Amino acid sequence: MYHAETPEGFSRMQNVQEQVVAILAEQAVMEPSEVSPEATLEELGIDSLGLVEAIFAIEEAFDIQVPFNANAPEESGFDISSVKSIVRAVEGLIETAQT
Amino acid sequence: MRRVVITGQGAVSALGMDASATMEGLREGRLGISSLDIPDVERLSIRIGGQIHDYTPEEHFTRQELVLFDRATQFAMLAAREAMAQSGLAVSSENASRIGVVLGTAAGGLHTLDDSYRAVYEAGRNRVHPFVVPRLMNNAAASHISMTYGIEGPGFTVATACASSNHAMGQAFHMIRSGMCDAILTGGSESMLVFGGIKAWEGLRVMSQDACRPFSKTRNGMVQGEGAAIFVFEEYESARARGADILAEVLGFAMTSDAGDIVMPNRDGAARAMRGALKDAGIDADSVGYINAHGTGTTANDKTEVAAIREVFGPHADSLLVSSTKSMHGHLIGGTGAVELLACIMALRDGIIAPTIGYEEPDPECNLDVVPNVAREASVDVALSNAFAFGGMNAVLALRAI
Repeated sequence: MYHAETPEGFSRMQNVQEQVVAILAEQAVMEPSEVSPEATLEELGIDSLGLVEAIFAIEEAFDIQVPFNANAPEESGFDISSVKSIVRAVEGLIETAQT
Repeated sequence: MRRVVITGQGAVSALGMDASATMEGLREGRLGISSLDIPDVERLSIRIGGQIHDYTPEEHFTRQELVLFDRATQFAMLAAREAMAQSGLAVSSENASRIGVVLGTAAGGLHTLDDSYRAVYEAGRNRVHPFVVPRLMNNAAASHISMTYGIEGPGFTVATACASSNHAMGQAFHMIRSGMCDAILTGGSESMLVFGGIKAWEGLRVMSQDACRPFSKTRNGMVQGEGAAIFVFEEYESARARGADILAEVLGFAMTSDAGDIVMPNRDGAARAMRGALKDAGIDADSVGYINAHGTGTTANDKTEVAAIREVFGPHADSLLVSSTKSMHGHLIGGTGAVELLACIMALRDGIIAPTIGYEEPDPECNLDVVPNVAREASVDVALSNAFAFGGMNAVLALRAI
């Protein structure tokens, strides 16, 4: 279990954010420091293929299943509206996978 | 210019083990998509498909044949057998070199590949069956058809993903029209419903977990199928001279490339292919009554295809009947255009338009008459069959009633 309230949990969550940002930065061909948490995928220049590859990298990095269907993104329960929302969704999936 | 007609048809699909059973399924709007019955299905997130169940290869082929026939080849052989019997085309030493075989497939012998990888990687075995190469090669089915019927003219297999069969049949049509051949067995075959095949498709995240609902607002992806369809295309005068039963005339064909995205469909490429087929056929857009759509049930394909149809047909688009039979038999990938040609023949010959089943809710971006859920009677003179492949390669056929 990751709990943001504990120091250990906090650093692990920070690590999730760093890793997700690094994965998205690689797709966007940018430095991780250039990826703002508020940025949308469109702003980062990540297209549908880039997104699918990023989700694959996320699944591999955290050993989770991301329920994402490109035909119905809004119904997938995986919010891709910004970098921040993706980080949150990944955190949620990690929590679920641990319980 | 020489005219080209269809004098034989054969098919196997999730709707039935021959062309008439498949067409009956299309008429009834029957769902051929079911739970996949394959090893390791529990490790897949996609667990449905237009799989052919209750099929025993040993009932159709000898042991000697089966060591050389991948499942995809078996389906092609069954369809060819039916098409040749119906056509009555006799291959002799006089005409053998004037007859060809041109097929489409995307994945060839994928069962053979999957089984052999399991043997060497998973089971750690150090040898595979000696015929792995001739079983898995993409041209295996075309070769075995040529050998079985003594066909000595041009023979080859084309691979353009989901447009493979349409490219194959288009080539066959032009080769007869131009005088290169007098008859060609053509169509396509596919069987990708194995663990590795589905796993690969899962990765693209365009597959539906529950149903194929083309043009419906509620659509959420494609569903794969398997099977084959083979037709005898023949020069009109010689077909008539031998008293063959003519099913339909092949009137036009065109192919285009999007030169755009490797997976996203493109309205302009699709529109140019349809327009090209009409031009090749020498007919006006207004003469078309039915379009068998590519209609995969993905968000992107269906709205792009409808926009392309509206662009080509203008106001006449509202008079067209447009359906996607993938909702019933699934997407046969390289074999899909061949099985779907049956829906065109049914429209032209029987006046019955196969429905788009699974249709739940109108989508303003797919606002054509998609013949929802129930087949319809209509008199159709010209039908188009669309195929728009990954890689942006498009192939459209035009058929006419005769």
